[in-house]
Amino acid sequence: MSELLIKNATVYDPINGINGDKMDIAVKDGKIVDSIGGGAQTIDAQGRLVYPGGVDAHTHIAGSKVNMGRVMRPEDSRSGIKPRTKITRPYTGYTVPNVYAMGYRYAEMGYTTAFEAAIPIMKARHTHEELEEIPIIDKGGLTLFGSNWMVMDAIRENDLERLAAYVAWGLLASRGWGVKIVNPGGGEAWGFGKNVSGLDDPVPNFEVTPRQIIRSLAEANERLNLPHSIHLHCNNLGHPGNYETTLDSFDICKDIKPKRDRQALHVTHVMFNSFGGNHWGDVQSKADVIANYLNNNDHLTIDMGQMIFGSATTMTADGPVQYANARTFKARWSNGDVELEDVSGVTPLYYSPNVYFYGMMWGIGQELALLTKDPWKVLLTTDHPNGGPFVNYPEVMTLLMSKKKREEEISKIVPKAFEHCMIHTIDRELDWYDIAIKTRAGHAKVLGLIEQGKGHLGIGADADIAIYDIKPDETDATVEYDRVKTAFRKAAYTIKDGRIVVKDGEITATPMGRTYWVRSKVDNDGYNRMMEDLKMKFKDYYSINMANYMVQDEYVQHPVVVETEYAEV
Amino acid sequence: MIIKDVLCPFCGCLCDDLAVEVENNKVVDVQHACKIGSSKIMGHDRIKAPMMRDDKKGEFREVSYDEAINEAAKILANSKRPLLYGWASGVCEMMKKGVLLNEEVGGIIDNTASVCHGPSALGVHEKGMPTGTLGQFANRADVVVFWGCNPVQAHPRHMSRYSVFAKGFFATKGRRGRKVIVVDVRKTDTAELADEYIQVNPGMDYIVMSAIRAIIAEHADVVPDNVGGVSKEKLIEIAETLKSAKFGIIYFGMGLTQSRGKYKNIDNAVSLTTELNANTKYSIIPMRGHYNVTGFGNVCAWETGFINAVDMSRGYPYYNPGETCSNDLLMREEIDAAFIIAGDAGAHFPAQSIARMGKVPVIQIDPFHNPTTEMANIVIPTKVSGVELEGTAYRMDGVSLRMRKLVDVDFPSDEEVLDKIIAKVNEIKGASS
Amino acid sequence: MKLNATFISGRTVDQGANLENKTSTAYFNAAGYCEMNSTDAGKIGVEPGNNVKVTTDFGTVVIPLKICEGNPDGLIFVPMGPWANAVVDPDTKGCGMPGFKGIQAIAEATGETAPTMKELMARLK
Repeated sequence: MSELLIKNATVYDPINGINGDKMDIAVKDGKIVDSIGGGAQTIDAQGRLVYPGGVDAHTHIAGSKVNMGRVMRPEDSRSGIKPRTKITRPYTGYTVPNVYAMGYRYAEMGYTTAFEAAIPIMKARHTHEELEEIPIIDKGGLTLFGSNWMVMDAIRENDLERLAAYVAWGLLASRGWGVKIVNPGGGEAWGFGKNVSGLDDPVPNFEVTPRQIIRSLAEANERLNLPHSIHLHCNNLGHPGNYETTLDSFDICKDIKPKRDRQALHVTHVMFNSFGGNHWGDVQSKADVIANYLNNNDHLTIDMGQMIFGSATTMTADGPVQYANARTFKARWSNGDVELEDVSGVTPLYYSPNVYFYGMMWGIGQELALLTKDPWKVLLTTDHPNGGPFVNYPEVMTLLMSKKKREEEISKIVPKAFEHCMIHTIDRELDWYDIAIKTRAGHAKVLGLIEQGKGHLGIGADADIAIYDIKPDETDATVEYDRVKTAFRKAAYTIKDGRIVVKDGEITATPMGRTYWVRSKVDNDGYNRMMEDLKMKFKDYYSINMANYMVQDEYVQHPVVVETEYAEV
Repeated sequence: MIIKDVLCPFCGCLCDDLAVEVENNKVVDVQHACKIGSSKIMGHDRIKAPMMRDDKKGEFREVSYDEAINEAAKILANSKRPLLYGWASGVCEMMKKGVLLNEEVGGIIDNTASVCHGPSALGVHEKGMPTGTLGQFANRADVVVFWGCNPVQAHPRHMSRYSVFAKGFFATKGRRGRKVIVVDVRKTDTAELADEYIQVNPGMDYIVMSAIRAIIAEHADVVPDNVGGVSKEKLIEIAETLKSAKFGIIYFGMGLTQSRGKYKNIDNAVSLTTELNANTKYSIIPMRGHYNVTGFGNVCAWETGFINAVDMSRGYPYYNPGETCSNDLLMREEIDAAFIIAGDAGAHFPAQSIARMGKVPVIQIDPFHNPTTEMANIVIPTKVSGVELEGTAYRMDGVSLRMRKLVDVDFPSDEEVLDKIIAKVNEIKGASS
Repeated sequence: MKLNATFISGRTVDQGANLENKTSTAYFNAAGYCEMNSTDAGKIGVEPGNNVKVTTDFGTVVIPLKICEGNPDGLIFVPMGPWANAVVDPDTKGCGMPGFKGIQAIAEATGETAPTMKELMARLK
C-alpha cells in the first residue's frame, strides 16, 4: 500500500514520552514505521504541531437514544446543515448530528477514534447500524450492565463466576468493548418511577445495593481481563451534595488489583457529580476535594464532562435525572426503558451564562482538570452531547491552556456563579503535552487501546495522525488562544490509517473505520449456571427469543476483536 | 423442514416466535402467527416479471429487468421533483439505498407513516415520548389503556404477547392483574375485552384528555358535566384509575393520529403521560402498522436528521410536514414522477391524491399487484422481504431485529434494484453534466 | 331516507390478511363494505349485503352494507383501502395527514353496483 512521509513535524506523543521533538514520521501500509524509501508522498509539516489522532473515550454518537434526540429535535437537525458534495453526504445537526456529520466533524478536528458511551444490550443492533454508517473514525462502545437483572441476581446470590460469565456473554451479544455502569440499580428502580438514593440503598425487589453492583462488576471485569476498567456514571448525578457519593464510589475500587497496566475504575463526567451544598441555593463546587482525592490515589481515572454554553441534548441512562431535568426546565422529555436491562432519557437543555449554577458547572469541569496534578488522570470530554457537542473540544482545550481565555469567558458569565466555584482563582495553564494527554494519549490508555495502536505515534501504531496549523515554538497559547482554537477546530491534515482524509479542515476521503470489541472466553460451571438463568429469563420475561437477540456478524463489517480469557486471579 | 424463531414480516408487533414449515423451497405451514402474518408468509399470487406501459389505461407488456430499471432511472434522473414513497415493507438495508437515491435525484422521500403515525412524530417534536420496550410493559403494567386503537383487528397477537394476557415478572396474574381501559368512538372487538369502555364522540379525544389532565392536576372544578360524550363522573373515575396504577401504559393508534386535531391529540396524550409520572410510572407507545415502518423512521433520522418527508431538492435535507409529505405534494401538483416501493400508495392515499399521481409517470417496486399497479407505468417485482430475504427491521418499540430468509426465489431484492437504479441515474446525470 | 353520519375508516384483520392480495374478491369482501348499527340501517332502509351509497364533499362510493352494533348512531365505518379513500378528505390541514376519520357523510340506499378495485382505480386515470 502507499507510503507517506511527514517531515518537520513538532511531535507530542506522551505515551512514548515525546514532548515537542522535531521529527519525521514515516507511514507504510497504514502503520507508523521506522523508515521508508524515497519517492513516498510527502507532507512538509513545516514545524507545525503534530498529535496522534484524537481519541474520545466517552461520547454519545450512536444508538436509540441518539436517534430519539434527532427525532425529537428537528430544530437541531436544521442547524449545522451542509449540502452534499462529490465526496461528502449532507451534514445536519449540532447537538445530534446525522451519522455523516458525526464522522466528518470528528475527523475535521483531527480525531480518529471515538467510543459510544452506552450500549443497551437488547438494542445493540441499532447502535451498530449507526456506528457502521459513521464515516472515517474507528469506534467501539461500552455495554450497559448496571441495572441488569442477570447481573443483580448473580450478585445477590454471591455468584461472581456466573456474573463474569454473563458480562462476557453480554459483551459478545452487544459486540461491546467494556463494562458501563450508569446510576447503578437506579435504572431498575426507575422501572416503577423510583430511584436509588445512595450506594447502600437496596434496589427494590432485587436486594442488592449500588455499592455491591459496582464492586462485583469491577471484580468480574478483572477476572475477565478486559482491556478497559469498569466505566462508572455515579449515583446522585446532578444533586447538590452528591460529591460524597462520588468519593465513596471512588473508594469501592481502591483495593481492586487490575490485571493490566491501567486504572481499576474510570468515573465519567465527574463535573455533574462534584456538587457540595444541600440545595440549589447553596450548591457549590467540590472539585477541589475530588481533585485532592485524585492527587492521593492512583487506582482511578476520570473525565471532565465539561459544560459548553448554548444548546445541549441531554441523553443518559440515568432515567430519573432526565425526568427531573425535563420537569424542572419544562422541556420535552423522552424515556426509553429497556426490559430487564436499563433505561435512557433524552431532554433538550439550554445552558445559559446568565444562570449561576450553569456558570458553576462550567467552572467545575475545568477545576477538575486543573487542580488534579497528574494530567493522565483527567480526560477532556463534554459527555457529548450532554455537556455540549464535541465540536467544542477546541474551546475546552484553550480554556485549559490559558488563564486569559478563562478570564475572558468568565466576564461573560453572571458573577454570582463565582461565589459557587473556584475557577477564577486558578492560575495553572496546561501545555501542548498535557493537552495531547487529555485528548488522545490518556483516552487510549484508559480504554486499553494502546495495544491496538491508538493514541500514540510509536513504531507499529496505527497511522492516525493530526497536523494542526500552529507552530508550537512560535505560539504562546496563553495569549493566542483564538488562533489555537481555530487551528484545533479544523486540522491542517487528518491522516487515518496512513491516508489523508482531511486537508485544511475539509474532508478529502471517506474510508470506513473499524469497530473494536471484546470476546472473553469463559469455560467453567459459572457459564452453565449463567446460561440456565439466562434461558429462564428469555422464556419468562424477555419479549423476544434468545435466538434472535444477539448482534449478528452482519452488523459489524470491519471488526477488530480482542480475545481474553476468564481467570480467577 | 421447520424453521423456528421466525420473525413475522407484517405488523409492528414483529412477533419472533413463528415456526414455518418449508418443503421443496415452498412455505407449506405457519405456526403461532396470527391470521394476517400467516397469510403473508403463506404467500399470494405475485407479479411474475417486470412490465411497462406508456398509457396507464392500456395493457402492460412484459420487459426485462434491465429495460425496466433503465427506464425508471431515466424518468427519475430527468424529473424535477420526484416522490419516493413507501419503504415500510422492506428491510433497513434497502431503505439506506432509498435515502441515497433520493439524494441523487433531489426528490422527496416519504414513507407510510405519512398516512399513519406521522402525526405522532409531530407530537414527539412537541413533547417527546416517554416509552420503553414491550417487555417492560408485559412485566410491569397493571393499568393498560388502548386509546384510538383496535389491536384485536390490527395487531392480533399484541394483547397475548405484550399488553393484556402476558404474564410478567411483576405481572404474575396476567390479565387478572390488569385494569384494561379502551377509549374509542365505537365499541370495537378490543372494547369488548375491556374492563372499562369509554365511548368518546368523534373528534373529541383531545378535549376528553384535557379534562382528565385537569382532574389529575386537581382542577376538576373547571370540567363541565359532560365532555365529548363522557360524563364528568366517569372522567373522575378514569383519572382515579389512572393514578392508582403502579405502572400504566397507554397504547394509541389511528383514532388519535387521524381524527380531528391529529398531532395535537398525540401532544396531549404525551402530556398526560408525562403528568401521570408525577404520581406514578407511566409510558406511552404508538401502535405502529407495518413491521418495519419504525425502521424507516430510524434510518431516515440517522442519515438525514429527520424522520420522514425529507425534501432533498436543495441538496440538503429539508423537512416540513404539511409541505413535504406525500399528500401535500400531490395535492399541490408538484410531483412530476412517483417511485412507489414497498408500500401501496394507490390503496391508502385519498382518491384525489391518486388522481394527481395518475397524471405523472409512476414506477412501482413491489412483489404484488395492487392499486398502485393500476396507476403504474413501470412495475418491477422483487423478493418478499422477511420471507425470501433477510435483513433488519425495527419493532414498534424500536428494538432492532433480523428477519430471516425462509425460501429462495429467483427475483432480485429491493436493494439490488435500487443499486442498479442509482448507478444508472449517476451515469445519466454524469453524462449530462 | 338519507343518513347524516360521521365517517371513519380503519384496520380490520381480513383487510390486513389480504394486503398482498388486492386484486382478489377476498380483498373486495374485506375492504369494500360500510358498517353501521341496525338502527341506522333501518333508517335508510338497506338490508345487510345490499348496497349503500356513501357521499362526502370529496367523493362518492357504492359498497355493500354490514351491521355492527358496536357503532353508535350516526357513525359509519369503512375499512381502510380504496373504497374508503374514494370519499376521504385529501387536505392535510398543514400537518401531512389526510382526513381519514371524522368526515361528514351521507349514506343512502342505492341500486348501483359496487365497483371492483380495478374499476375504482380506473376512475382516477
